Amino acid sequence: MNADCIIIQGSNMAEAHPVGFQWVVEAKLRGAKVIHIDPRFTRTSALADTFVPIRAGTDIAFLGGVINHVLSNDLDFREYVVAYTNAATIVSERFADTEDLDGLFSGFDPASRTYDESSWQYAGNEDAGGDSEETGARRQVASALQHESHGPGIDSEVERDETLQHPRCVFQILKRHFARYTPEMVERVCGVPAEQLLEVAKAWAAASGRERTTTLVYSVGWTQHSTGVQYIRTGTILQLLLGNMGRPGGGILALRGHASIQGSTDIPTLFNLLPGYLPMPHVAQHERFDDWIGAIRHGDQKGFWGGAPAYATSLLKAWWGDAATVDNDFAYGYLPRISGDHGTYRQVLDMIDGRIKGYFLLGQNPAVGSAHGKAQRLGMANLDWLVVRDLFEIESATFWKDGPEVATGEIVPEECRTEVFLLPAASHVEKEGTFTQTQRMLQWREKAVEPPGDCRSELWFFFHLGRLVRERLAGSQDGRDRPLLDLTWDYPVHGRHDEPSADAVLREVNGFDLVTGRPLASSGELRADGSTAGGCWIYTGVYAGGVNQAARRRPGSEQDWVAAEWGWVWPANRRILYNRASADPEGRPWSERKAYVWWDDELGRWTGHDVPDFQVDKPPWYRPPPGATGAEALAGDDPFIMQGDGKGWLFVPTGLVDGPLPTHYEPAESPLPNRLYGQQSNPTRVVYERADNPRNPSPPDEHREVFPFVFTTSRLTEHHTSGAMSRTLGYLAELQPAMFVEVSPALARERGLEHLGWATIVTARSAIEARVLVTDRLRPLRVDGRPVHQVWLPYHWGVGSGLTTGDSANDLMGVSLDPNVLIQDSKVGTCDVQPGRRPTGPALLDLVAGYRTRAGVASMAPERIVTAEQGRG
Amino acid sequence: MITERSRLLGSLDPAAGSGYVEPPPRVGFFTDTSICIGCKACEVACKEWNGIPQDGIELTGMSYDNSVGLGASTWRHVAFIEQRVAAPGAGGDETGVRWLMSSDVCKHCTSAACLDVCPTGSLLRTELGTVVVQDDICNGCGYCIPACPYGVIDQRRSPDGDRNVGLAQKCTLCYDRTGAGLEPACAKACPTDSIQFGSLDELRKRAAGRVGALRAAGVADARLYGEDPADGVGGAGSLFLLLDDPEVYGLPPDPVCTTRDLPAMWRRAAVAAATMAAVTAFAFLGSRS
Amino acid sequence: MTDEARASDSGAAGEPAPDASRSYYGRPVIKAPVWKHDITAYLFTGGLAAGSSLLAAGADLTGRHELRRGCRLASLAALSASTWFLIHDLGRPSRFANMLRVFKPTSPMSMGTWILAAYGPMAGLAAASEVTGVLPAGVASRALPGVGRAAGVAAAGLAPLLGTYTAVLLADTAVPAWHDAGRHLPFVFAGSALASGAGVGLLAAPLGQVGPARRMAVAGAAAELAATSVLEHRLGLQSEAYRSAAPARFLRLARGLAAAGAVAAVTGRRSRVLSALGGAALLAGSICTRCGVYQAGLVSAADPRFTVLPQRQRLDAGQAR
Ligand SMILES: Nc1nc2c(c(=O)[nH]1)N[C@H]1C(S)=C(S)[C@@H](COP(=O)(O)OP(=O)(O)OC[C@H]3O[C@@H](n4cnc5c(=O)[nH]c(N)nc54)[C@H](O)[C@@H]3O)O[C@H]1N2
Ligand SMILES: Nc1nc2c(c(=O)[nH]1)N[C@H]1C(S)=C(S)[C@@H](COP(=O)(O)OP(=O)(O)OC[C@H]3O[C@@H](n4cnc5c(=O)[nH]c(N)nc54)[C@H](O)[C@@H]3O)O[C@H]1N2
Ligand code: SF4
Ligand code: SF4
Ligand code: SF4
Ligand code: SF4
Ligand code: SF4
Ligand SMILES: [Mo]
Repeated sequence: MNADCIIIQGSNMAEAHPVGFQWVVEAKLRGAKVIHIDPRFTRTSALADTFVPIRAGTDIAFLGGVINHVLSNDLDFREYVVAYTNAATIVSERFADTEDLDGLFSGFDPASRTYDESSWQYAGNEDAGGDSEETGARRQVASALQHESHGPGIDSEVERDETLQHPRCVFQILKRHFARYTPEMVERVCGVPAEQLLEVAKAWAAASGRERTTTLVYSVGWTQHSTGVQYIRTGTILQLLLGNMGRPGGGILALRGHASIQGSTDIPTLFNLLPGYLPMPHVAQHERFDDWIGAIRHGDQKGFWGGAPAYATSLLKAWWGDAATVDNDFAYGYLPRISGDHGTYRQVLDMIDGRIKGYFLLGQNPAVGSAHGKAQRLGMANLDWLVVRDLFEIESATFWKDGPEVATGEIVPEECRTEVFLLPAASHVEKEGTFTQTQRMLQWREKAVEPPGDCRSELWFFFHLGRLVRERLAGSQDGRDRPLLDLTWDYPVHGRHDEPSADAVLREVNGFDLVTGRPLASSGELRADGSTAGGCWIYTGVYAGGVNQAARRRPGSEQDWVAAEWGWVWPANRRILYNRASADPEGRPWSERKAYVWWDDELGRWTGHDVPDFQVDKPPWYRPPPGATGAEALAGDDPFIMQGDGKGWLFVPTGLVDGPLPTHYEPAESPLPNRLYGQQSNPTRVVYERADNPRNPSPPDEHREVFPFVFTTSRLTEHHTSGAMSRTLGYLAELQPAMFVEVSPALARERGLEHLGWATIVTARSAIEARVLVTDRLRPLRVDGRPVHQVWLPYHWGVGSGLTTGDSANDLMGVSLDPNVLIQDSKVGTCDVQPGRRPTGPALLDLVAGYRTRAGVASMAPERIVTAEQGRG
Repeated sequence: MITERSRLLGSLDPAAGSGYVEPPPRVGFFTDTSICIGCKACEVACKEWNGIPQDGIELTGMSYDNSVGLGASTWRHVAFIEQRVAAPGAGGDETGVRWLMSSDVCKHCTSAACLDVCPTGSLLRTELGTVVVQDDICNGCGYCIPACPYGVIDQRRSPDGDRNVGLAQKCTLCYDRTGAGLEPACAKACPTDSIQFGSLDELRKRAAGRVGALRAAGVADARLYGEDPADGVGGAGSLFLLLDDPEVYGLPPDPVCTTRDLPAMWRRAAVAAATMAAVTAFAFLGSRS
Repeated sequence: MTDEARASDSGAAGEPAPDASRSYYGRPVIKAPVWKHDITAYLFTGGLAAGSSLLAAGADLTGRHELRRGCRLASLAALSASTWFLIHDLGRPSRFANMLRVFKPTSPMSMGTWILAAYGPMAGLAAASEVTGVLPAGVASRALPGVGRAAGVAAAGLAPLLGTYTAVLLADTAVPAWHDAGRHLPFVFAGSALASGAGVGLLAAPLGQVGPARRMAVAGAAAELAATSVLEHRLGLQSEAYRSAAPARFLRLARGLAAAGAVAAVTGRRSRVLSALGGAALLAGSICTRCGVYQAGLVSAADPRFTVLPQRQRLDAGQAR
């Protein structure tokens, strides 16, 4: 709303976040320019001032072009860059860039396809980075998700050149790295005309700097790629170079998906995380409590992760209460361990292989919503038991009787061994609790109506499941039962069905003093000595003063524009993170127009419109004493307080599996060769090479003409994700009543597709059918002199329940993941499109097998992932 | 028996014109289609609030419009228009696209043909100046349907068992909400404030301001629709800011309240009736002679 | 709903409707009437009742008893049918009486209902007086002829209104082919009513009494033909609706039947059969006229051109000024 320019790339904000989009409209009415960069023209594009069609999977090349333009024309916000980023930091002389190594960075091990990070380190810190074995392990556990970043274990001793002239300073490395990302190259790779790139670059730079700010918005159009994390890194680099971080109207808006999907990473549903981004202990790496704590705070590095012992101890105290003592390392031994990749896709493959016997599915419909639908269903069909708690009888509960594999004979209902327990869940209006949304805001929800019949909340289910298990185990002497029996499992219950108190849970999450019982006001009050308990350190403060701060609903009209009294935002009710950067190094606002927080000399503290994201009494001129650690080691002008050096990272020396800088790789499936490097696609990406997860050929493979088109999948306003909650409702189903595929008029002519007729879309995994919508909103791009057709599919349809049913886009997908966070690359693949309906029954399998044969998929193994000259040497 | 005052020419205050003494300010809508994101929240909110049945699950191929138009079971309707336009920046022969979205609704006309022709008095002018069907009075004669110059009102034909089957149905401007001081459901649900509800005087000002701002910003296509009290319906109670000709959105470019010509029609009918009588007389007199 | 959408879209198969068509996917701008065949039948029977009442009253006053009797009975039958059609067409027939809640000159249907309400008892009484013979002798039956005459004259007084108000009923809609024919439709319907009334006369009465019916047939058919031809040729764009396939078929037939009926009426002076045939032709012709006019309305409602083009021209002309 305060932005001067809004760049939306990798998000269909108007369609998927219509309520949030009101602020884009508001900004627009105030004069902001809105730019949308997307493979297809959407309802977001319709409202944008500029729409840039781009080939799916090439955003790094596009943004690289913008970075190149900014750097070659000195358009960066130099004062900000020098003071607040690691631009000046000198990198090890052993570092070699993708420009020199044909698309690989130094330290690559072709056998494991991982990096030894030591050459990426800051000069003088070469032993700080992980070796390729460690980065391999990090890939398995998606460690980039954990505690945001490890941060290099360095303090004040980093070598810097504030003139940015040193050839090995980050700034110069960046310049060289992106030098070849010229407008012409962008045109050849992305299919975006050079002038359009320049238009965007100029608008972006013009609306950044001292007086202006630009916001960058992305969501899963960026994340769901085999290079998803590096997409976001590219955006970060730009926003740091242009001085847009930590400032009003700036920043990067990572629009989250489901209601409280942010909450479900804060207090995670992920295998590798504990609340507050503490890493799940690894069986080999974190044998002892100190190993674990040490890994989080990385020795004595700067920054707020220095508080890790207090956060971790308080968590253990919250869970195991009196059983967690100094002597037993606060029951650290009770915490489960992970041993590698237990991600959702690994698990499904393990189910197919019979290694997993039972499965709880709560609030998820993988039979439709997850990539490689067939693998999902075959996996679930090979369990002993499956518990589905849902609002509806979803496809993931009925796959055994009416899934697509029943028609093809791959699942025989009479023989399917899985026992499915379908339990009705209470919906969000039938229970109380909090949602944590995109901007980290917790909002308390009252219960509006009683859940009908047997429907119960998740809280009820787990509380009583735990209670019953504990009752069964009561008296057990078996050591392995202790973690369960010693849990503090004593939430007050109320009502006819003994509903546990969500309010009590929130209090525990907030944390309290174990002696006085007083709710803590901030994470700074958490203690490492076992005197406090707290379920999620970043949420501490949500119950400050014994008041449910998330339940605050003071209307915006009764407060200032920051509206600090609506809900509660972690951490510490800060609305903009790293907002120290909204002031210059001396603590003065960069400009009147963009004033946000600043140092008040008279008061001797930071003040402003928001809660300062800084120690309030630390003056701008503060310099840490030698040997300081943790928060104390942050200087008065180090705004990025979670980073090991207090700086925004243009270059990431450690923590990322696939490189310190973003580099354009082609998607795992692409009809085109990589124009920039011999290395075709992300060499470190996660692949599961198996016959049931075949890949369409991509350069340099032969027969790629069998799957000549690019497809991408995403959302419609009218439906929600797997459609379980929208295809079942008449008012929504009638608004988008059938599965369809969008194609350009040119492709329709080429393939004889008729508007409203049927088309069959084929990949090496499966073939689906959809009604055809011919639309000018899709158009072939000229990439490197030839037209590239892109088709678009919504992924909301499935076969089974609902008022409208249809084939699932996810049946086309294979499993191929980003190495940092294990997200599937469901935003881009290759396919064929033919007019008419697909065959049914076993004939469908024959059709796909025919394609596989023609594409030489069977004979393609082993996958040629490393294609760079250097890697092959 | 209620005798309604014959009102063949609407005044700007239709409530007063209909005999309300000191009515509250006339209310209406201003729909700014330039900021509509086509989310259809208005359509769904309207259906939810008014308990309107489903209207058919069928893909139409009309861009993202699968509800086709206003009708007895669609009181808010979002139109989607895909247009080819010259692509900015790119070479001359290339084409760009423009995607217009607009949420349509009953116009609550100052001179409302539907109301004028209703033989039962079921259609009613409220004190707020809006036009409402009284479900308990309408007998489904269907006259209002072809009378509406905008094709708004229609007879509910399905589903079987629905309590309003057979009756004429349309937007009530949420009479049951506005009466209680609430904003209509559609406006309330609209995330971008494309739909604005309020006193018509205020909305007219806002609409004029907005069209001015857009024109100043170089959007030459921006225009208002329904705001002219001198138009054929005496000005609409629902104003629109459009980005193309009304007919592109399925709206009549210059609608006229059909009853405006009614006096002339009655006169012609009288002449024709007289002719009938004369012919009869001639037929008999002729035979006598 | 969606079937129509598909049909209208199939023209532009392969690609969405092009911008140049200046309409929304070729969809109609206004709603076509939802009336069923009842209303066409109602238009006819109303006219028939009106025509026969006029003829009946004339016959009564000029002592043509058989003509009178036939026409009175026919007008009662037509009136009853017409009322039945009107009620049957309602979405809620049981609520017909709500029509009597208001008296509304702005609503031709309201006015029509009142005309019908006034006319009905008169026509009924007049017809009832014809069946005195079958009633037992008494005061009532003795009084009836007088009452019958008074009622018959009253009915005839209302009949021209009954015969022409339906034209206003159609014209007072947004249906372009009707609305823009507002000046002419009353004459079409008046002619058609007279012709059909005359048709009854020709059918019902012996040769000796049908003189006025013949003259009425000729005059009615002539008016019907002339006024219809105006619809077909003098309404600019709207005439296209009257000349389009379905309406044109009815109107051609109507023309032929009316002409044939008139000719038969004139030439059938000596042949009861020929007269009767002429009468039948006139009735059929009247039905066809109503159907043709009705269908033309539907055509003009379904195609947005009929709504948009005249309005656009009006606007452009206004802007040019
Ligand atoms: N109505 C509705 N709202 C929703 C949801 C829903 O299902 N329905 N789901 C919710 C959830 S769970 C989520 S995660 C969010 C997702 O929100 P979004 O990410 O905004 O939604 P998507 O539609 O998946 O994809 C966004 C856009 O990415 C584009 N895209 C695909 N590939 C590329 C690429 O390589 N580069 C670029 N630049 N763009 C690309 C697609 O064309 C699409 O327009 O939405 C949430 N909101
Ligand atoms: N091809 C492709 N695949 C994708 C994506 C894509 O863009 N393209 N996007 C991905 C993304 S971002 C997401 S988030 C996933 C979503 O995929 P899923 O999470 O598998 O799909 P949903 O339909 O959101 O499933 C949520 C289920 O929770 C149920 N539910 C709702 N409320 C409650 C509750 O309170 N309790 C319980 N127990 N159940 C409840 C709903 O009925 C529904 O069945 O899909 C992913 N898959
Ligand atoms: S569904 Fe909920 S979260 Fe999504 S845009 Fe609407 S209000 Fe926001
Ligand atoms: S738009 Fe039509 S339905 Fe609405 S008030 Fe005007 S005439 Fe009546
Ligand atoms: S259908 Fe109902 S509302 Fe419409 S004119 Fe007839 S009685 Fe009035
Ligand atoms: S005002 Fe009420 S009835 Fe009218 S469209 Fe809006 S929600 Fe529906
Ligand atoms: S709710 Fe508002 S933005 Fe959404 S379609 Fe309706 S008018 Fe447009
Ligand atoms: Mo999501």
